[in-house]
Amino acid sequence: MLENKGHPNRLGIWGWLGGGKWGLERYLYTLHRLTGLGLLFYFLLHIFVTSARAFGPEAWATSMGTVSGPLFVVGEFLVFCAFAFHAFNGVRLGLIELGFAIGNPIEPVYPYRTSVHEQRPLAIVMMVLAGLVVLAGGLDFFILH
Amino acid sequence: MTAPANVTFRIRRFDPATQQEPTWEDFTLPYTAGMTVLDGLRKIKETASPSLAWRSSCRMGVCGSCGMFINGHPRLACNTQVTELGTELVTVAPLPNFDIIRDLVPELRPMFDAHAALMPHIIREDTAEMQEPTGEYFQSPHELEQFLQFTYCIKCGCCMAACPTVATDPAYSGPMPLAQSHRYNADSRDGGFASRKRVLATEQGPWKCHYAGECSQACPKGVDPARAIQLMKRQLVFDYLKLYKQPCPSKVVAKVTTITRRPDVPEAPAKTI
Repeated sequence: MLENKGHPNRLGIWGWLGGGKWGLERYLYTLHRLTGLGLLFYFLLHIFVTSARAFGPEAWATSMGTVSGPLFVVGEFLVFCAFAFHAFNGVRLGLIELGFAIGNPIEPVYPYRTSVHEQRPLAIVMMVLAGLVVLAGGLDFFILH
Repeated sequence: MTAPANVTFRIRRFDPATQQEPTWEDFTLPYTAGMTVLDGLRKIKETASPSLAWRSSCRMGVCGSCGMFINGHPRLACNTQVTELGTELVTVAPLPNFDIIRDLVPELRPMFDAHAALMPHIIREDTAEMQEPTGEYFQSPHELEQFLQFTYCIKCGCCMAACPTVATDPAYSGPMPLAQSHRYNADSRDGGFASRKRVLATEQGPWKCHYAGECSQACPKGVDPARAIQLMKRQLVFDYLKLYKQPCPSKVVAKVTTITRRPDVPEAPAKTI
């Protein structure tokens, strides 16, 4: 056994942004994690804000007044965008994890064709669907209301 | 890219005896036709810096020793032509996500420890037959196709360096060990799924893979670890739902004794082990 394991070289959080060839799936991976963290933060904030109801009608009115400006409408729309992306990308990941859309193992012959290429149509379809939902949400957020 | 007159190699240097942190060092070489990154490193060692350290062996993309981080991508140094990089500046660093032993030499032991923990070998109950075979284990071409792609892995570590999950989670086994585990789970001669499942169901297992696909893109042999990991997940989910029934490991087919050898076909050489 080597006593000295060497100089640490793990990329850490920068590994989300560095290394690799940056195909579409890498962007989806990074965005999936960021939107997941964003939604988690929103849920915590949501619980904090709505818990004001427990302190009476005045506290509730103050709390709602704080979060009713146009900035918060834009913020809520961003949360909606994060939800739409996270949901549709999550469906894609679920399907892939059950072995759908990635193809069967093949003998590697150069230029290599991998499961990443196989599932790309699914990724594109899911992102188009997420975009349509975001558009519909945008209409509801900014035009119809 | 047209061949440049000179190529500058910017190399990550680290000597644990004298340095606390790695540093960059530049070397400029005349370009020679067909120059690979490994050729450049050899030239630097011969002419400018004899202390430069790296691992390499076969020089033909087979042994998997010379995995390095070249211009921001994990690649094999022997398999990377300088002209294909499209620049006169070639940055060479040790593979990330592994400790640095010295210069371009990564500490691959954690990867091989994770590999060994996932039992990458045929597991069967008929150990006597495995020690002293009386025949061959039957396997159809279709059964072979289920894992053949994953057998081309050369354990270079490029997939581990490219994986964003490995970058943040030391407990995660990583693409290479997991793909090699599935290579045996998918082998019709193997009966070790239940044993491997005990390791795969833990935090070392495949569930932290969220399909960035970088391992498959980085693999210099087209092994596609991402596919192996997803197929493994399917197997584990189906097993959890009691929908997966592992087939019995393939039967032994007795040696053929009823045909006679053609006189113009020589006998096989004697066993050496």
